[in-house]
Amino acid sequence: MSTKWETVIGLEVHVELATETKVWCSCKNEFGAEPNTNVCPVCLALPGSLPVLNARALEYTIKAGLALNCKIQRRSKFDRKNYFYADLPSGYQISQFDLPLCYDGYVDITLKDGTTRRIRIQRIHLETDAGKLVHAGDDVAAADFSLVDFNRAGVPLIEIVTEPDLRSAEEAGLFLEKLRSILKYSGVSDVKMEEGSMRCDVNVSVRPAGSTEFGVRSELKNVNSFSAAVRGIEYEQKRHIRILEEGGQVEQETRSWRDAQGISVLLRSKEDAEDYRYFPEPDLPPVEVTTEEIERIRATLPELPDALMQRLMTEYGLSAYDASVIVAEREYAQWFLQAVELAGADQAKAVANWQINELYRVMNEKELGPDQIPLTPEQLVGMLKLMEKGTITGKIAKTVFDKMVETGKDAETIVKDEGLTQVADEGELLAIAREVVAANPKVFEDWKSGKQSAAQWFVGQIMKRTRGRANPQLALKLVTQALEEQAQK
Amino acid sequence: MALTRDEIARVAHMARLSLSEEEIEGFAEQLSRILEHVERINQVDVTDVPPTYHAVTLQNVLREDEPQPSLERETVLALAPESEAGCYKVPKITEG
Amino acid sequence: MSGMTHILSAARLNRLFLAGELSAVEIAESALSRIAKVEPQVGAFLHVAAEHVLDRAKKLDARRRAGDNEFGPLAGVPIAVKDNICTCGMETTCASRMLKGYVSPYDATVVERLRASGAMIIGKTNMDEFAMGSSGEASAFQTTRNPWDLERVPGGSSSGSAAAVAAGEVPLALGTDTGGSIRQPAAFTGVVGLKPTYGYVSRYGVVSFASSLDQVGPLGHDVEDVARLFEVIAGPDRRDATNAGRTPPELKFGGDPSLAGVRLGVPRELFGQGIDSGVKARVEEAIRQLEDLGATVEECSLPSTEYALSAYYVIALAEASSNLARYDGVRYGFRAAQTGGLTEMYSKTRGEGFGAEVKRRIMLGTYVLSSGHYDAYYRKAQQVRTLVVRDFERAFERFDALVTPTTPFTAWRIGEKIDDPMAMYLGDICTIPVNLAGLPAISVPCGFVDGLPVGMQLIGKHFADAQLLQMAWAYQKVTKHHESRPVLTEEGGR
Repeated sequence: MSTKWETVIGLEVHVELATETKVWCSCKNEFGAEPNTNVCPVCLALPGSLPVLNARALEYTIKAGLALNCKIQRRSKFDRKNYFYADLPSGYQISQFDLPLCYDGYVDITLKDGTTRRIRIQRIHLETDAGKLVHAGDDVAAADFSLVDFNRAGVPLIEIVTEPDLRSAEEAGLFLEKLRSILKYSGVSDVKMEEGSMRCDVNVSVRPAGSTEFGVRSELKNVNSFSAAVRGIEYEQKRHIRILEEGGQVEQETRSWRDAQGISVLLRSKEDAEDYRYFPEPDLPPVEVTTEEIERIRATLPELPDALMQRLMTEYGLSAYDASVIVAEREYAQWFLQAVELAGADQAKAVANWQINELYRVMNEKELGPDQIPLTPEQLVGMLKLMEKGTITGKIAKTVFDKMVETGKDAETIVKDEGLTQVADEGELLAIAREVVAANPKVFEDWKSGKQSAAQWFVGQIMKRTRGRANPQLALKLVTQALEEQAQK
Repeated sequence: MALTRDEIARVAHMARLSLSEEEIEGFAEQLSRILEHVERINQVDVTDVPPTYHAVTLQNVLREDEPQPSLERETVLALAPESEAGCYKVPKITEG
Repeated sequence: MSGMTHILSAARLNRLFLAGELSAVEIAESALSRIAKVEPQVGAFLHVAAEHVLDRAKKLDARRRAGDNEFGPLAGVPIAVKDNICTCGMETTCASRMLKGYVSPYDATVVERLRASGAMIIGKTNMDEFAMGSSGEASAFQTTRNPWDLERVPGGSSSGSAAAVAAGEVPLALGTDTGGSIRQPAAFTGVVGLKPTYGYVSRYGVVSFASSLDQVGPLGHDVEDVARLFEVIAGPDRRDATNAGRTPPELKFGGDPSLAGVRLGVPRELFGQGIDSGVKARVEEAIRQLEDLGATVEECSLPSTEYALSAYYVIALAEASSNLARYDGVRYGFRAAQTGGLTEMYSKTRGEGFGAEVKRRIMLGTYVLSSGHYDAYYRKAQQVRTLVVRDFERAFERFDALVTPTTPFTAWRIGEKIDDPMAMYLGDICTIPVNLAGLPAISVPCGFVDGLPVGMQLIGKHFADAQLLQMAWAYQKVTKHHESRPVLTEEGGR
């Protein structure tokens, strides 16, 4: 009989803060600059240099904590984590050991079956990012030498540590998505995995289902995307179960995830664990945070995705699914809210439909990110107004939509330039209806013998002749009139 | 507290100091004597005494988030023992 | 006249320069010629910036001739700077092989302030490597000798700064003090040395030994000069988060010296066992003179000082082990000849680049922070530090300042204690508690024992540096010790 296993996962997520400058010096915090151009005595750890805390980095850390329902440490301090590595200029990382700025928070995630799980956040602390290593080839160990760029050294980083509350790779993926979304809403980070502004380490262990004790865990490093996190967890989970089922014991160790090969390899065992020799940073005085300061920062938080989703459902009557895909990205939600404000609340569902069905489709085709929405809310609302007035048909609207995306012009201009106005002139349409009826005696005979679909066929012909610009109801009415006239002849 | 040669070697590795056999011997003896003296602090009752990490009490010394010019790359790389392609060059990275 | 500038005070040189009676070039040339004359014996400088100082002097003279009267209080004054303080355009080596040839791309805040005050930096002085030592013998490059007895050490770690002042090479010098590194060499060489309150003087650009203890301070022949330099270097600096942001009050010296109403405490723990009888006698005489000036003197107790030395070594070396991790052969300084990978490069670079004393201290600091030892050593030491702080707080409820010998004994012979680090550490017993508490303290010359200078230490309350200087000035006004000069001949010897 085989045991049922339960996987226990905890995450350590590193997120770069979107400050103007680095955390301890006034060099620019900027992605993609020429190597070693954003460096100074402090971030290169030249002799004699000293760190001074960036006020905004402190504020953003607290803001992230509030967005993640954390308590804020009233008296916090910084500590040195000592180790040698080529990307670490001072030989220690300034971090926080026993008094992290934020603690005891949580994030609620919604599983596929609709149930909600609360994932507890143990702590969030502020620390320092390291520089970047460039190797000849993609493997550290295989390269004969490495090149170091210290532009990233000293960029403010927060480390978010969860409790071991996640139970599957899927949950971990949902958690990371949710976390990313909340942090982006709160404006503290760009959270771009591809630029490395969000990275994570994964702790995985496995235990017999129902057990309350934790199994031995392995820590997975170098996990550089959400999908890599999911794959890495699945891999570790299988590896642990295989070891346990073969009667072996899982070793506590740190492993490196090689996403391209889909495997993890041993980085170091527990015995080789680094002794970081943490001690309080003597160059930095402690930080005190008052209630007033916390409330001031809280007031700068925007409406966060959970609250917004509720509002979209109750205030605008959107379905849970529609609301969730709109709040998934801060830019999408802002776009939607702007459009609704222009169009009026009664148009909310129409806006949502166009946004989800058409806008996302186009963006998907063009592989555009949420910060590259190719249409303004004004453009969409202008188009909706033309539909409402009956200037264009729903069918034409799709054409107008695509042209708006393509040219950036507004709907009215496109409709005018392309002559897409709905033909609502009864006289003109009746003339066309008479012509098509006269020209197709066979179909007319079908209609006469009682085949109702024949009338629809004639409407189609009118649409063809008007290139879709005819009002469909009017066209049907006039076709019917033309057919009856013909029958009386 | 007497330090063994192994402990000296372990600490030297942690501190990234290559020591000669002679130095290891010497340090084992000297550090043991210094630690013996230092351990006098264990005679003091410090129950409920908070630690003092800073000699003068300050807090919340902060800097505005405003960029200032960085150093020129040529200037900083000129200080480096070895550089290449605008970067610092370091030998093969081995774990540990 | 210009050949005699080595006996003039900084205040006098500044007045003569402003009055146009001595040009800055004359002053600089005079100082350079004195340096050329005595340096072969004293060895105070690692680097004499002759070209730089003459260039600077010419500019000062040109400004003065053009009618500029916006000069700072040190205009025209040659100053020596300890080699652990960063200076653009001159090497900053910390007397270490690790930083041989290193030229900082930026100035320390104190150096910026010196330049703005019109001072002329004449060179960088020798020291114990990375300020770790009490004799100057731990320099990787040379041994500085005590101008009072060339067979003896000048003290340390600000060895060259103290010796340069004592030998009349400069009227003023900057040093740094982590556990006595300004006051002890000042005492050994018969000059005045002030360790300011922690946080009064910016540490930006001062190469860190122990961040929570280090402070920059002045050394000079008399209290007025020392006060003048202190006023220039002290004050707010936003680049140092441990800077208190305070500006010292303006100092004025004059009138009849009096210590009426001043309450002085004499801590018995720093006046008993282990203090040389000659040193004790000189300091006791000094205390009587302080009483004659109107001060009341009473014995007091600092019971935890017994443990201060131990706590100090744990804290200072733990911080040092981390502060010195940046010397790794990647971004600047020495790198050992290439052999293996990164880890080996680090170990060889640091093993070859650091001297024995620095390695010993890094080892100890690493050990006390390592897993399983942190609570027993590091945390405990910081708790003992609290007790030391409380001792002083209690004493300062009753006293305005405390009086002790600066050092338990006078300068020892070169080589005498080199193989006994513990014996050398014990010499810092009177100065170390002051750094643990971040207090200001000054060492003033108070006589001689067997021809070797003795220093008296006055310890003040936080940010009472100006008061301390006033007291020291009053004492100096009624004594002549600070006017004694060693006799140095070109042949060497005294």
